[in-house]
Amino acid sequence: MNKTFNNKAWWMVLPVFLVVAFNALVPLMTVVNYSVQETFGNNEFFWSGTIWFKQLLENDQIRDSLGRQIIFTAVALLIQVPLGLTIALCMPRKGPWVSVCLVLMALPLLVPWNVVGSMWNIMALPDIGLLGRGINALGIPYNYTRDPAAAWFTVVLMDVWHWTSLVVLLCYAGLVSIPDAYYQAAKIDGARPWAVFRYIQLPKLKHVLTIAILLRFMDSFMIYTEVIVLTGGGPGSATKFLSIDLVQKALGGFDLGPAAAFSIVYFLIILLASWLFYTLMMRNEAN
Amino acid sequence: MAKITIENLRHSYLPEPKRDEDFALKRVHLDWADGGAYALLGPSGCGKTTLLNLISGLLHPSEGRILFDGRDVSNETPERRNIAQVFQFPVIYDTMTVYDNLAFPLRNRKVDEAEIKKRVTSIAEMLELTSTLSKRASGLTADGKQKISLGRGLVRSDVNVIMFDEPLTVIDPHLKWQLRSKLKELQHRIKRTMIYVTHDQTEALTFADQVVVMNNGEVVQTGTPIELFEKPKHVFVGHFIGSPGMNVMPCMVKGGKAFVDGHEIAAGNAALSNGSSRLELGVRPEFVTFASKGLPVNVVKVSDIGRYRVVDTRLGENSVKLIVPEGAAIPEGKAHLAFDKAHTQIYNDGWLAGEAR
Repeated sequence: MNKTFNNKAWWMVLPVFLVVAFNALVPLMTVVNYSVQETFGNNEFFWSGTIWFKQLLENDQIRDSLGRQIIFTAVALLIQVPLGLTIALCMPRKGPWVSVCLVLMALPLLVPWNVVGSMWNIMALPDIGLLGRGINALGIPYNYTRDPAAAWFTVVLMDVWHWTSLVVLLCYAGLVSIPDAYYQAAKIDGARPWAVFRYIQLPKLKHVLTIAILLRFMDSFMIYTEVIVLTGGGPGSATKFLSIDLVQKALGGFDLGPAAAFSIVYFLIILLASWLFYTLMMRNEAN
Repeated sequence: MAKITIENLRHSYLPEPKRDEDFALKRVHLDWADGGAYALLGPSGCGKTTLLNLISGLLHPSEGRILFDGRDVSNETPERRNIAQVFQFPVIYDTMTVYDNLAFPLRNRKVDEAEIKKRVTSIAEMLELTSTLSKRASGLTADGKQKISLGRGLVRSDVNVIMFDEPLTVIDPHLKWQLRSKLKELQHRIKRTMIYVTHDQTEALTFADQVVVMNNGEVVQTGTPIELFEKPKHVFVGHFIGSPGMNVMPCMVKGGKAFVDGHEIAAGNAALSNGSSRLELGVRPEFVTFASKGLPVNVVKVSDIGRYRVVDTRLGENSVKLIVPEGAAIPEGKAHLAFDKAHTQIYNDGWLAGEAR
C-alpha cells in the first residue's frame, strides 16, 4: 500500500495550541520563572536556584497553614459528603416537591462567595447577629472574633451551608438515573433498605461520588474568599489557610520569588492528591 | 409452585379512573395451572407488563383479585408472594461476584450458608455459570448477566412463579435462540409455573404451552400455539400471529353462504354468522392455493422468503396473500385461487362467528 505522508494537518492544531499556551502555559511558566529568581525591583532579575523552595519547606508558618488546611478540608469532606448523600436519599423522586427541593438546594450555590462571607460574618456576630446572639442566649459563650474554636466552628458551618448542596445535587442526579428495575429486583430478592443502599445505590453512585469528592477537595483546599471576609484568617492565625497565607506573601510582602515557589508547591499538592484519589477510585474499573 | 387465578382484574395508572379508556388493563380473568409455561403476547402498550407487575406485586390492582393456590395475595408485597422476576435489562449487583449474586436472595432470607452453597452450585451448573462463579458479575456479557437474573429466581426452591418481562431484548440474536431453548429446557426440568411476556410471536410460541394474546388492555384469546394459528378468535390474533398475517376481507353472508366481491366462498362457520354490521372473512396465506378455477385474481407481487414465496394478489379491491412452496409454478397476471374451507372463517365485528367471547 502506498500511503501519502502529509503532516500539514498539524497546522490546524496551532490555534488551539496558542489558546492553551496563553491561558495556561504562559502564566504558569511565568510563575516558574519567578520561583527560581530574585528581584530587587526595576525589573531586574537574578538567578537564585532552589533557594525559595528550600526556605518554603523549612518555614514553620507555612507548615502550620498547611496543617490547618488539611484539617479543614478533611472536616469539610467528612461532614459534607455523608450529609449530602443522606439529604439526596431523603429527597422525593416524584411529584411537585422535587422542583421545590432542587431550587432550595441550588440557592446557596448561587450566592456570590464574598456575600456568603459577609452574611455569615454579620449573622455570627455575638452582639447583633442572629446566630451569635442565639448561641450566647443558650448560655454557651461564643465569639468567633476572639475564640479560635468558635472561629473554626463558624468557618466550617459556613462551608457546609455553602457547598453541601453541590454534593446533594450530584448524588441526587446519580440516584434518579438508577433504573426502577433495580429496586424492583431488590424487592423481589427480599433485600432490606440497608442492602439496597449498600449493593445498589452506593455502587451506582460511585462515579458521581468520586467527582463530588474531587470537586469538594479542590475547592475546599483552595478556599479563600469566604474565610477572608468572615474571619480574615484570625483570630491570630487560627483560620489562616494556605491561600490566605499565599496572598499575604505575594501581595502583602511582594515577595515574588517565595510566593511563586509557594504557588507551585500548592498547585502540585492539589494535583497529586487529586490524581492519587482518582486513580485509586478507578483502579477496579479496568478488570 | 402455585396455581394462579386472576379474577376481574382491572388496573388504571390514574388516581380516579372513570371511563373504560382510563384503564391500562380493562378486565381480565385467567386461570393458570401449576407448573405450566405461559406467555403474554401483544404489541407494545397492550397492558401485558401491567398484568405481569400486578401478578408480581410491584403494582396493586384498582379492582379484582389475584389468587395463588386459592389464597388472595392482591395486597401482599412481592416478597410475601414469593415470586421471581427477570427484567428486560439484566439486573445484577455490580460489586458482587456471580456466586454472591446468586446467593443474595437466600442470604436475605437467612438461609444456612451450607444450604446456600449447595443450591447456588447446582443452579450455576444448570445455567452453565460454574466457571464464572468467582468472577465479578459486572464483567459478564449481557446474556451471562441475564442468566444471573434468572438464577436468582431459580435458587429459591419455593418460588410460586417465575416471570420474564421481555428477557431477551438486550441479547445478541445468535444467543437469543440458545437462551430461549435453555429456558424451555429448564421449564421442563424444574416444573415451575413460568410467565413470559413478549411482543415477539416466535418467542411466545416456542416457549409457552398456552399463549395469552392481549390487545388494548384486554385478553383477546388464550390458547395453544396451534389453536392461535388455526382458529384465531379475533382478526387481531390473525394479523398479529403468523408471517404474513391472516388475509382479512369484508364479505356478505346470504342464506348461510359467504360472498366476497360477488364470489361465493365456502367458509366453515358461515351459517353461524349473526348478520352484524361488520362482517369479515379471514383465511391464512398458508391455506390459500392456486387453482385451475375459483376466485379470479391478479398477481401483483412475489417475494422470495427462502424456503417459500409470498405472493400478493388482488381480488377486486382486496389484497389476498398466499404462500407458495419453493419450486412451484406461479402464474403471471390473471389467476384463480382456492381457499381451504376448514380454515376459512367469518368474523362478526372482529370476533369469530359462532364462538362465545
